[in-house]
Amino acid sequence: MELNIVRYILVFPLLGFLVNGFAGPRLGNKTVGLIAGGAVLLSLSLSVYVFFRLIALPADARLITDTVYTWIHSGSLTIDFKLMVDPLTSVMLLVVTGVGFLIHVYSIGYMHGDRSYPRFFAYLNLFMFAMLLLVLSSNIILMFVGWEGVGLCSYLLIGFWYEKDSAANAGKKAFITNRVGDYGFLLGVFLLASAFASKGILTLDFTTMAAHISLISPKILTVAGILLFVGATGKSAQLPLYVWLPDAMEGPTPVSALIHAATMVTAGVYMIARMNFLYVLAPTALEVVAVVGGLTALYAATIGLVQNDIKRVLAYSTISQLGYMFVGVGVGAFSAGIFHLMTHAFFKALLFLGAGSVIHALSGEQDMRKMGGLKNKIPVTHAVFLAAALAISGIPGLSGFFSKDSILSAAYASGHTFIWLLGFITALLTAFYIFRLIYMTFYGESRVEKHAAEHVHESPKVMTIPLIVLAVLSVFGGYIGVPQLLGSLIGWHHSDIFVNYLAPVFHTAPALPEMAVPTESLLMIGSIAMAILGVFAAWYVYLKSKMKTAQSAAGALPGVYRLLLNKYYVDEIYNAVIIRPMMLFSEVFLWKFFDVKIVDGAVNGSASLTQRASNRIRKIQTGDFQVYVMLFLIGVITVLAYFVLR
Amino acid sequence: MGFQENLLSIVIFLPLAGVLIGTLIGKNNTSAIKWFTLIVSVAEFAVSLFLVKRFDPSVAGMQMTEKYSWIPVYNISYQLGIDGLSLILILLTTFLTPLVLLGSWNYIKNREKEYYLWFLVLEAGMIGVFASLDLILFYVFWEAMLIPMYIIIGVWGGPRRIYAAVKFFIYTMFGSLLMLVAIIYLYFAYGSQTGIYTFNLLKLYNLSLPMSTQIWLFAAFALSFAIKVPIFPFHTWLPDAHVEAPTGGSVILAGVLLKMGTYGYMRLAMPLFPLAANAFLPYIAVLAIIGIIYGALVAMMQPDIKKLVAYSSVSHLGFVILGLMALNMQSVDGAVLQMVNHGLSTGALFMLVGMIYERRHTRELSEFGGIAKTMPVFATFFMIVTLSSIGLPGLNGFVGEFLILIGSFLAHPIYAILAGTGVILGAVYMLRTYQKVFWGKITNKKNEDLKDLSGREIVVMLPILVMIVWIGVYPKPFLDMIRNASKSYIQYVKPQTASVPASFGPALPQMPERSK
Repeated sequence: MELNIVRYILVFPLLGFLVNGFAGPRLGNKTVGLIAGGAVLLSLSLSVYVFFRLIALPADARLITDTVYTWIHSGSLTIDFKLMVDPLTSVMLLVVTGVGFLIHVYSIGYMHGDRSYPRFFAYLNLFMFAMLLLVLSSNIILMFVGWEGVGLCSYLLIGFWYEKDSAANAGKKAFITNRVGDYGFLLGVFLLASAFASKGILTLDFTTMAAHISLISPKILTVAGILLFVGATGKSAQLPLYVWLPDAMEGPTPVSALIHAATMVTAGVYMIARMNFLYVLAPTALEVVAVVGGLTALYAATIGLVQNDIKRVLAYSTISQLGYMFVGVGVGAFSAGIFHLMTHAFFKALLFLGAGSVIHALSGEQDMRKMGGLKNKIPVTHAVFLAAALAISGIPGLSGFFSKDSILSAAYASGHTFIWLLGFITALLTAFYIFRLIYMTFYGESRVEKHAAEHVHESPKVMTIPLIVLAVLSVFGGYIGVPQLLGSLIGWHHSDIFVNYLAPVFHTAPALPEMAVPTESLLMIGSIAMAILGVFAAWYVYLKSKMKTAQSAAGALPGVYRLLLNKYYVDEIYNAVIIRPMMLFSEVFLWKFFDVKIVDGAVNGSASLTQRASNRIRKIQTGDFQVYVMLFLIGVITVLAYFVLR
Repeated sequence: MGFQENLLSIVIFLPLAGVLIGTLIGKNNTSAIKWFTLIVSVAEFAVSLFLVKRFDPSVAGMQMTEKYSWIPVYNISYQLGIDGLSLILILLTTFLTPLVLLGSWNYIKNREKEYYLWFLVLEAGMIGVFASLDLILFYVFWEAMLIPMYIIIGVWGGPRRIYAAVKFFIYTMFGSLLMLVAIIYLYFAYGSQTGIYTFNLLKLYNLSLPMSTQIWLFAAFALSFAIKVPIFPFHTWLPDAHVEAPTGGSVILAGVLLKMGTYGYMRLAMPLFPLAANAFLPYIAVLAIIGIIYGALVAMMQPDIKKLVAYSSVSHLGFVILGLMALNMQSVDGAVLQMVNHGLSTGALFMLVGMIYERRHTRELSEFGGIAKTMPVFATFFMIVTLSSIGLPGLNGFVGEFLILIGSFLAHPIYAILAGTGVILGAVYMLRTYQKVFWGKITNKKNEDLKDLSGREIVVMLPILVMIVWIGVYPKPFLDMIRNASKSYIQYVKPQTASVPASFGPALPQMPERSK
């Protein structure tokens, strides 16, 4: 169905960006906030409307398109500015505009008093535009426009406080790391394009590609799938390109919540789900996705165990949770991956915004060693934080439990026992690090510094209301995806709504093998046990023993502790192995030696050679008439001699 | 004679008419000179828009042709005509010239009259090159255009201007002499084959020479243009010329003059000698790829912003050449579009660097830092141009780079795989530069009270920014304009026997909606 209203989902944030970007400083902060928030609210309303239009269609015809214009046309390659909404898009639309709207509202309070308030909201609206374009695109190049667009906004917003060198560096690092991933992504696109072209169909349109994907050899699909995933490891911060995300915490906290937790970083997961028609035919590529996801989940969680900056803990947690999502899509459980994407958007946005509220209350303090005992001073923040922490830990009944459990059981059911084990251990670590954060921040004795302690206050309503809404979603958001087994146990008869809704999008994905009821129950009980164990361990180490256990553990294993605290020294290794050598090579060899001495040396050398030669030859021109006549005669005689003696 | 029939001639000679009238203005009346030349160049731009109006993109071949006998003894004629390639480059020229003139208003403080008039001469010469269909006429314009640029660098340049100007002159002159020899050879070769002696390019296209001859002629043309582009390793005159040239000179040098080289490949070297072109093609492509990576790596380490932008040009033009060598619609369309894009974004970069140079009289990166705070408008403009230069989707650079890369991939995947790394490196050197100039705290006292852009400077930059966005968002009119030029270029160069690659396969009709 063609519906020309879809484009307006994009138009409003774009307008918001333009108005605030050009006229923001003159409008006054209040108007700026209204415009930015209003624009996203309009997009949200439209997304809801489009959602209802979509579900009014029969399940297997749920596709709304909106062709705006032809963007690029060259030879037989045509790339339309064309949008599409299918069930997968609609989920992303609702998550992005919904969470996006809440974060806009929150930001009105959080950014209050910032010198560059209009610039912040202009960027935020631009981000919404790019992110919505990313999810609405009907072809992979237009999607790439959104993909790079969100990267740009991420760069601009990480570097928002550009006077801080750390922020400026982090912004640049994010952009360049993503470019490395995008290089792979583009090569994947080119490979696909040329494969299709060799079949006479030069297309990059999702629907057309899906219809003809069986023409392409599995080998090419595998390589293309892996290349596209390289792009995803950049955008979604997976091994080995995750390094930018922890540094991205230099940006304002609402940005961390919106871009670096709830929406942009999930783009890679969305991309894999969108390209599911390719990945199901490239099992090796999917295997790579799942393994990288599983390893990243565990790897990042271990780093999260020892970080002291509240936002950095959450950053590593995000990387780890994204790993789960990749495990989901990687084992072929696309719906489960997207389900976790959604619940994660709720609880991780909440965790970040909650952290923002804590930082706000403590006048900017981010070090958890200088927190503690805040529970009663900021009760609303504490309550919502706790809800989110329970959700991410996978405590039964909350959203994270359902989504994480469906990923883990899919991993197990599909025979990926090793990956399941990675996820299973990560579940323990997750519960541990997040409750370590809770206990260090809200419980125990206050370690807040004096001047900050005097100002501790709960955040204003404009900030707490979005927190409460997100808390409700974090708690109840999982009930649209209750697995059948559990549904029958607890008497919830609306099981698997989410999976069924997305099923038409993933219709080519082979069904996962059914698990025996005892196995499934056992797995579930196992992960619940891990979650509870994690919470308990955190309680014991950080509250009961007043961190003495933590200290003695760090003391007992100093090597491990330092390794984790320094994030496995990966930044240092990249710097020593890639960045420094490349710069040295470029400066010392390429530029100062090769370019200046060899290439330009040859040019100037030949010039001076000519000059010297001419200087010699010039000496013949003595100006002496007799010499000239003599030379002339010698010439004549030579020529004559030649003809005579020939 | 009439406006319609001689529109091309009018476009070429209008600036020269301006020069004639301009000489009457007293040399101390600088403001009259500035306004007069500006008005002439704006009028010139307006007239060039009539070319667009008269141009029919659906027609293949040359349009708006004019032909008058010039030196009948040698059958040399004044012959003009344009296709989409010529047109888009002429538009780039007439678009940039008024901006350059307006941008120079405070920069040039001595011998103003000569400066502004030389620019009009330069403009006429550049347009003449793009519009000539007679090789001698082409050569005359080609050489004529060297002189004003030589003078602009040599008189209004920096401290080492003489060295740079001479190097520029001798280097390009060396190339063009080779070309002249080749042109004359071509004249006789065609004459001996057909009995008709002519410099008419359209006729010479039909000449079929043996490979052994083509090789030498191609080499002469190709070398001449390689210096102009410049293709690695013939690039070392460029950083020197740019560093010493005044802002306006740099903008035109990067914006238009370098395109003469790529234009030469597309109009002359490749289609005139297809056999040799195909033999040389892989080597030129490899040099282009080396240029892309090499230029970017060297740019990355430059302490002087202008030198950095100069080396980045080597990288960007590598993309253009690669596109021309890949020989399919996407890559060639991309290459032509990228000629324009490079003219816009690098032109804009030089303009912006000039603006900061006027304020601080330095271009050393280490002298700056934190300027975003004192010059927010300047910082915003610089950001947009930076993003254009690194090919951010939604801006002009992406469309060109993307088409070149996808086209080269379709031709030879390895080309695109190697050239694609330039996309990463581009982000590295540009963002590094941006951070060093604009972000961080202001550490140098001299940057504390810099004035943001003036109204005049904003007027200079805005049109370029509009084009940057326009081509990025809606490139259709431009791609339509150049389509036939790309097509005929490919037809001339591509070996007729070779199998047609799949990228030319028929586009599928609209696919049915997803079927269950």
